[in-house]
Amino acid sequence: MHDHAPSSFLRRYVFSTDHKVIGLQYMFTGLAMALLGGFLAYVMRSQLAHPGTPVAGFGTVSNAEYNAIVTLHGTIMVFWVAMPVLVAGFGNYLIPLLIGTDDMAFPKLNLMSFWTFFLSTVVLILSMFVPGGASGSGWTTYPPLSAKPAFTGVGLGLDLWIVAVALEFVAFLMGGVNFITTAINRRAKGMGLWDLPLFVWEEVIASIIFMLSVGPLVAGALMLLADRNLNTGFFDAAAGGDPLLFQHLFWFFGHPEVYVLLLPALGILAEVLTVCARKAIFGYRLIVWSTIVAGLLSFIVWAHHQFISGIDPRLASPFSLTTILISVPFAITLFCYMATLYQGSIRYTVAMLFAMAMLAEFLLGGVTGIINGSAAADIYVHDSYFVVAHFHYTLFPIVFLAPFAGFYHWYPKFFGRHLNHGLGLLHFYGTIVFFNLCFLPMFALGMMGHQRRIADPNAFGYLAHGQHYQQLATWGAIGLLVLQIPFIVNIFLSLRKGAPAEANPWRGTTLDWAVPSPPPHGNFEAPPVCYRGPYVYGVPGAADDFVPQHMPPGPGAPTARVPDGDAAQLAAAGSPVA
Amino acid sequence: MSSSAAATDLHAPERAGDYTSTGLPTGRVAIWWFLASEIAIFGGAVACYLLYRLHHPEWAEQAAHTVNAAGAFNTVVLLTSSLSAVLAHHAAEQGDGKTAARWINWTVLGGLVFLGVKAWEYAHEIGAGLVPAKSLFWSFYFLLTGLHALHVIGGMTALYVVGRGAARGQHLGRVELAAIYWHFVDVVWIFLFPLLYIAS
Repeated sequence: MHDHAPSSFLRRYVFSTDHKVIGLQYMFTGLAMALLGGFLAYVMRSQLAHPGTPVAGFGTVSNAEYNAIVTLHGTIMVFWVAMPVLVAGFGNYLIPLLIGTDDMAFPKLNLMSFWTFFLSTVVLILSMFVPGGASGSGWTTYPPLSAKPAFTGVGLGLDLWIVAVALEFVAFLMGGVNFITTAINRRAKGMGLWDLPLFVWEEVIASIIFMLSVGPLVAGALMLLADRNLNTGFFDAAAGGDPLLFQHLFWFFGHPEVYVLLLPALGILAEVLTVCARKAIFGYRLIVWSTIVAGLLSFIVWAHHQFISGIDPRLASPFSLTTILISVPFAITLFCYMATLYQGSIRYTVAMLFAMAMLAEFLLGGVTGIINGSAAADIYVHDSYFVVAHFHYTLFPIVFLAPFAGFYHWYPKFFGRHLNHGLGLLHFYGTIVFFNLCFLPMFALGMMGHQRRIADPNAFGYLAHGQHYQQLATWGAIGLLVLQIPFIVNIFLSLRKGAPAEANPWRGTTLDWAVPSPPPHGNFEAPPVCYRGPYVYGVPGAADDFVPQHMPPGPGAPTARVPDGDAAQLAAAGSPVA
Repeated sequence: MSSSAAATDLHAPERAGDYTSTGLPTGRVAIWWFLASEIAIFGGAVACYLLYRLHHPEWAEQAAHTVNAAGAFNTVVLLTSSLSAVLAHHAAEQGDGKTAARWINWTVLGGLVFLGVKAWEYAHEIGAGLVPAKSLFWSFYFLLTGLHALHVIGGMTALYVVGRGAARGQHLGRVELAAIYWHFVDVVWIFLFPLLYIAS
């Protein structure tokens, strides 16, 4: 296309409007923040294993510091790792490539979105170094604890925390408009909605959920800021306000937010699983419709976070019902993924290992969610380590295992070189073993009655018999962090020493594999034309075991377009499941 | 086409031809999604207010202290400014950038008058001790009208920038987008005025 890459270093790599550069900027900012979030987890776990003993690299952890560390670990991992990596990072890099266009619909808005996000990162880090310390009222920032500086002793730190989160929302609102508009209007010629790779569907639905759910919390953040600084009483019972209102505003966003993170992760999985199993996705349309239904349901589940907050019991049952209901569309998706593997010709790349591990580990998180979702059972496990374990069995696979799968899968596309396979295997097995060692004991801890967010469990005699589980979890956490070193080394080592990658190293069908690795500015030599759905593998009579979306119909590509999805695709692929 | 020119055009048709998958202008698709997210913000804030208001009939007495005449005047001003925004859009569709810019100036002037009256109201109320911390009603009053005023400023800025371009005959497609946004700001006020002023 006519566009030429800007020549100056600043325009090219720092203030770039290229979706690929912006995507990588998001990803590496997220990676840096993950190191910070991981360090905080290490301090927290060390304190819990040996309360009161100085932590190597940090010192003695005071109760106030512990609160701040818990708060920042959660905030950073959700808002500054998961969001930039999963939604903005992979979304920016892959959406234009997968739909066959040269850039996002609004490249300048994209640039603005990243730098607003970057500013929010700076504000958050700043909030740790102001007088009074960083916010210590949890990543959910419930009032009344958060409503008056006197309650936590944290002044400016919490105000800056709110500002940082609000700025981040603004950044992702800009990004969301861009993603949705791009997918709606800039698809390659011939690419209908049902020809979109699932990753694009998942990113777009996630963006819509985010945009429609975050608004009330933006209003809530303004109200909280006013309560803290203008002496209003929105959330102050003494002034006629209601602290519970904030919980509603927070979770009206907070729960859809987990699906905002989950959907891109499932999208990455769909691409990796099909390429590495050499099979069409099972139930393409079923997955899309399930995701849409889940998106709608996600707006009416939020109050399951408030079963013991004093909401009307008549409200608890309907929210239990919707919560358990929402597991159905996701179960459908996961079963479709497993059916995709069935009778596939599976290539165990590191990406595929991570993708399959994500399926398995996320299942544990999903199944334990049923226990939390039932109001009666939740009353026992609420606010215990059981919830921490459940949460991490869902979020760790979403925020780390799926992006790892994506990163190993698309690294050759990003940088034109392969990651080292041996280091990748070490990273994979280490991560999985130590992740389970860290979080499996927490289910038991929760059942024993260990409450989360307590700096020193030894302060309560009846909890003492769980202490060795706490120590086991800490060894798991330390091992998990140490085993990320091969990953970091691999990223930078392979930039120089990795085996050169061709345009389509994994023999994929989607348009991202039709461009050189790494793709040039403007991506495609000429605007591509799409002739078929995204997952055409193993069609009899085809020249190869896959038929790319952009390959014109001809002798090597027998079908002009696989009609109407799944049954025909599967029949063509010779699968007995159809 | 140089890259800098491509980057400054919101619609950027020259980057991939005039082709769009839906046939709709990309800017129009984007502005509606943007408004959807804005509706969620105001919707959340207004819903909170309504939930309280329905439990507190006695707020009517406090709402009586708002200046209905000023609110009514501002309503007329905003509605009129929306009319000139429509006329600007119409002129832009005819390709007449100069006329569009003139109508946009009237709309921006309407916004300025609105903000002036609003500022006078605030000064009047704060002078009478009716500050945000006075009571929950006044907290909501300042939250909702303040949030709205910020959007008025944003809309005016967008209109001003678009108007300057239109006067030179550039980016006439953007006039529609700025006008749609202005109508949204107008509609929000149509909700706020009865809820905060006349429901007493």
